[in-house]
Amino acid sequence: MERVKKDSGLLLFLRTVIARAYPRVIGQQREKSWVFFEIFLPMLSVSAYVFVYRAINAPEEYVGFVVMGGAMTAFWMNVLWSMSSQLYWEKETGNLSLYIMAPNSLMAILLGMALGGLFASTLRAIVIVGLGSWMFQVQYAVASFSQLFAVFFLTMVALYGLGMLSASLFLLLSREAWHLSNLAQEPIYLASGFYFPVKNLNFWVAVGASLIPLTMGLDAMRQLVFPSGATLGFLSVRVEIGILCILSVIFLAGARQLLGTMERLAIREGRLTESRR
Amino acid sequence: MISYLRTFRISAWLGWQIESNWADPFLFAVYSLVKPLAGAAILVVMYSIITKGDYDSPIFPYIYLGNAFYIYVGQLMTGISWAIIDDREHYKTLKYIYTAPVHFPTYLLGRGMARLLVASISVVVTIVFGVLFLRLRIDLAQVDWLMFLLAMALGVNLLALMGLILAGIMLLLVHHSWELGGAVAGALYLFSGAIFPLDVLPVFLRPIGYIMPVTYWLELLRRSLVGSVAQAFPTLAGFSNGQLLLILLGLTAVFGVIAVSSFRWCERRALERGLIDVVTNY
Repeated sequence: MERVKKDSGLLLFLRTVIARAYPRVIGQQREKSWVFFEIFLPMLSVSAYVFVYRAINAPEEYVGFVVMGGAMTAFWMNVLWSMSSQLYWEKETGNLSLYIMAPNSLMAILLGMALGGLFASTLRAIVIVGLGSWMFQVQYAVASFSQLFAVFFLTMVALYGLGMLSASLFLLLSREAWHLSNLAQEPIYLASGFYFPVKNLNFWVAVGASLIPLTMGLDAMRQLVFPSGATLGFLSVRVEIGILCILSVIFLAGARQLLGTMERLAIREGRLTESRR
Repeated sequence: MISYLRTFRISAWLGWQIESNWADPFLFAVYSLVKPLAGAAILVVMYSIITKGDYDSPIFPYIYLGNAFYIYVGQLMTGISWAIIDDREHYKTLKYIYTAPVHFPTYLLGRGMARLLVASISVVVTIVFGVLFLRLRIDLAQVDWLMFLLAMALGVNLLALMGLILAGIMLLLVHHSWELGGAVAGALYLFSGAIFPLDVLPVFLRPIGYIMPVTYWLELLRRSLVGSVAQAFPTLAGFSNGQLLLILLGLTAVFGVIAVSSFRWCERRALERGLIDVVTNY
């Protein structure tokens, strides 16, 4: 009988990443209601905030700020619900113990989840920007495409690194994971300036909010794509790119370190299969 | 009647336990208040950036109060419909509750009561915060309490009935359609003039706002608390308070009929298709 060839090392890691990314990419497009709701719900918020700005006679660039912030909510929601609390869902459905038992790296599983989620969320964000720009006649004037690409790439690396880090923290949680994810919406939209320039917040609040990569990412992107963006920016784009680089390294390294610790702790305390409802 | 009241009381207690017992009381209180206050703060910051903090303009109480009372819509309406998904898919107890000798719609309405309580605390705290820190001018001696209480009573009933309509639809849907409640609440937020006057909407969208009962409910609440807001915006200025109350009463009655008939129809379909105890968790 021919023996089954087993992958190991880097090849196993990569195959795990692809295997976990696959259902994210395919599954999230296959379920049409998710595609609809994940575009429709942010569009409702975007439209409501745009009309608030119009009701108080705000300059038109603020409409663009809202559209861009609304698009970025797709990434934040994905990180919250499909990264941070994902291991809680897996625990609820009984998959988590299988993940742990399988001879592959949990880090590879999280990375696959992140890449798949990033792809699906990018598609949704593009649709939201396109629809919002068309509906509200948003004008863009990109100052530097290379910087814009760098900011977006680094924001996503840092953001999904944060998602992987928080997923390992959530490994210990049960029902409260759902509530914590639910709690981390409006307060983050406020602190990170999803619908207004973060510069308008208290300086130290903005500094604190900069720990969330979307704060720096959104601020830098607004500076790069709107004519008046630079005057409303919190820090210069170069400084924000530097901060995003640091955050990326910290979150990815932290996720790797914490995942191992939390996995051991969860096994020791018997939290991997519990279901406290 | 006693049986209905007992079902309502017990399900309200159950709803409260589900909502609150995952955390200690202090953490739960923080959780319940941070979200609505942050939501209000987003609007306050947006407003203050553009108007340089002109909180005396009538548009400010319009936005602030509309947003505060809208908390009820999200909590009560979606809370009742969410109970279907929660009991059927998460706790897997819907079939036991359904076969128990309780009036099922009454049970669902009771489940929504916990959310009503949490929402009421959030609304009061949000408004008190506005009065204390944002110069939201509400003169308690000038408040039309009778109109306020009538509007609140009608509004809560209306939202519960809308929740029952959604709950009926949820009986026929798989669990990953849970965002339906949020979508309806989001659409109402946009079209009911909760945070901006309807005149700001494009002309072709305004009729949607006029057929939404929440539009009239929010207008009545604003008028009862800060009467001066009514004169500042032309949208519903042509209606007297009595007319608005009658419209709200009429629409609540219409929604009552729709809720009862649609829930019965959905319930029958769910029974025929074996959906009461289905688990669609994937």
